[in-house]
Amino acid sequence: MTTLSTDVVVRRPPKGAALDPFFKILCFTAATTLLAALTGIVVTLAVGGWPAFHKFGLNFFTNTNWNPVTEEFGAAGPIVGTLVTAIMALIFALPLAFGVAVFLVEFCPPILRRPIGIAVELLAGIPSIVYGMWGLFVFAPFFAQYIELPLMAAAPPGSIWETLTTGVPNGDNILTASIILAIMILPYMAAVLRELFLTVPVQLRESGYGMGSTTLEVITSITLPYVRRSAVGAVMLGLGRALGETMAVTFIIGNSHDLPKSLFGAGSTIASTIANEFNEATGEMHTASLIALGLVLFMITFAVLALARALLGADKHS
Amino acid sequence: MSTFRRTRRTIANVSFTVFCYLTTLVALTALALIFWTLFSKGAGGLNANIFLKVTPAAGSVGGLANAIVGSIVLCFLGMVFAIAVGVMAGTWLAEYGRNSLYAQLVRFVNDILLSAPSVLVGLVIAGWLVAPFHGFSAFAGGVALGLIAVPIITRTTEDVLNLQPTALRESGVALGTPKWTAIRLIMWKAAGSGILTGGLLAFARISGETAPLLFTSLGNTNFSLGFNKPWFGLNQPLASLPSAIFSFAATPADDLVRLAWTAALLLAVAVLAANIGARFLTRERRPS
Repeated sequence: MTTLSTDVVVRRPPKGAALDPFFKILCFTAATTLLAALTGIVVTLAVGGWPAFHKFGLNFFTNTNWNPVTEEFGAAGPIVGTLVTAIMALIFALPLAFGVAVFLVEFCPPILRRPIGIAVELLAGIPSIVYGMWGLFVFAPFFAQYIELPLMAAAPPGSIWETLTTGVPNGDNILTASIILAIMILPYMAAVLRELFLTVPVQLRESGYGMGSTTLEVITSITLPYVRRSAVGAVMLGLGRALGETMAVTFIIGNSHDLPKSLFGAGSTIASTIANEFNEATGEMHTASLIALGLVLFMITFAVLALARALLGADKHS
Repeated sequence: MSTFRRTRRTIANVSFTVFCYLTTLVALTALALIFWTLFSKGAGGLNANIFLKVTPAAGSVGGLANAIVGSIVLCFLGMVFAIAVGVMAGTWLAEYGRNSLYAQLVRFVNDILLSAPSVLVGLVIAGWLVAPFHGFSAFAGGVALGLIAVPIITRTTEDVLNLQPTALRESGVALGTPKWTAIRLIMWKAAGSGILTGGLLAFARISGETAPLLFTSLGNTNFSLGFNKPWFGLNQPLASLPSAIFSFAATPADDLVRLAWTAALLLAVAVLAANIGARFLTRERRPS
């Protein structure tokens, strides 16, 4: 007779089970590090810039006089410069990026589709300092000689044309900086837009063609409505890039802290000001003002990026 | 009437088509011009000296050896930091946090960090690691680059882990493994090439970053690293390709400007190679 064992089978915990919670905590810590990093960035900028905000108050944003010698810091010039160059870059780059994206999705011969698509994506990754060097040594001299000088010479005295084109014709100005920025964000925006256009279901587009629509009509009444919020998000992402771009602009904007008065005038952006002056900042107030500028830049880009992210996920098609 | 409308539609469509062709032509021409300049001005300076000699003063013969080594070291430091934090954070988002409120917050923060201006990262790291220690250091530069790379790796890690089928996750549970073993041995292995792609993309991004290095590792005209030095020389300012370009391009000396072009060419080629490598890996993973 066999007796049934009444012992409960004790299942040993699998090897390493004791470490399970630690791994979870480790992963959680890493995720929290990201949150801490962003909080740290904001706090550091706010604390570092506080003396400048405290001393100059709202004048920091409205005063155009940035003078390290007298320790008077008004950041209106760089702030306006940042917005103007970024928005101008967007105006130049958007039609081009849109055209390239539509070309790749609708018109491009299949053999060329992959190579051009890959080229556009690769170009989006080229370091900005390369664009900056090209701007400084190639584009600025060309621009000064063949575009700036003739335009300035041809300007009738007293006209808006003359106002817009006053400046030193050396190629270092707000317009060239915007154009270089536009060239920089162009591949990026084209790549994102192309990805978006490709999310439109083929059946939808083909139904348009089946109804006898032209390509233009398919784009404007099917593709664009389908991706419209995301497309605005993509544009905002490009704007965010242009706002924070440093090296490409620093080389070529001319670095003057005045309010930009003409397209051919020298200007500065927040990023270029920080890049140029932070290491050579003389007094505590100078450093504080630069960090305060950094906080302003952070706030602007944060707003733009948050909006971009909210819009990019907004087109939910089930 | 209908012919009129038809003509109008045709004209509009043809102009639109021409516009698209033209913009592509303009865009590709501009970008081709940049590359042509880069190669024509940079390739001429490529010779053995570039890899053997340190950055010179104006008028003397020199190379970029210290800058190349410095860039590699800085990227290595940044990547070690970024992979450690990024892979873990991405794993948490995909395997633990999922759709919890906190995970959504972290995801949003990651997106913001992903496109935050890099000059600000430099500014903040300078406040944390340069000012308190009274000096620029390679270490600060590495951390700044790492902070830029982390969100890229977090993002790709989460994305590729989410791509893995749920059945794979359940297979680990079915075998009775602890979750962390399942993640390490099954999920990470399955997502390996995707995570590597993220790493390469992050590397491509940080190897060209200049702005954050200006205030952290600064630059150096000599070799500052060495095994016999305290901290291997990582507590000293460190040369790097981007900072060399930045300082040389601003000089009036022709030979230094030539060196800057060569450095820019090397940088662009390295970035392109990393990006192409990343694409290659992605294609292998998902043949489509």
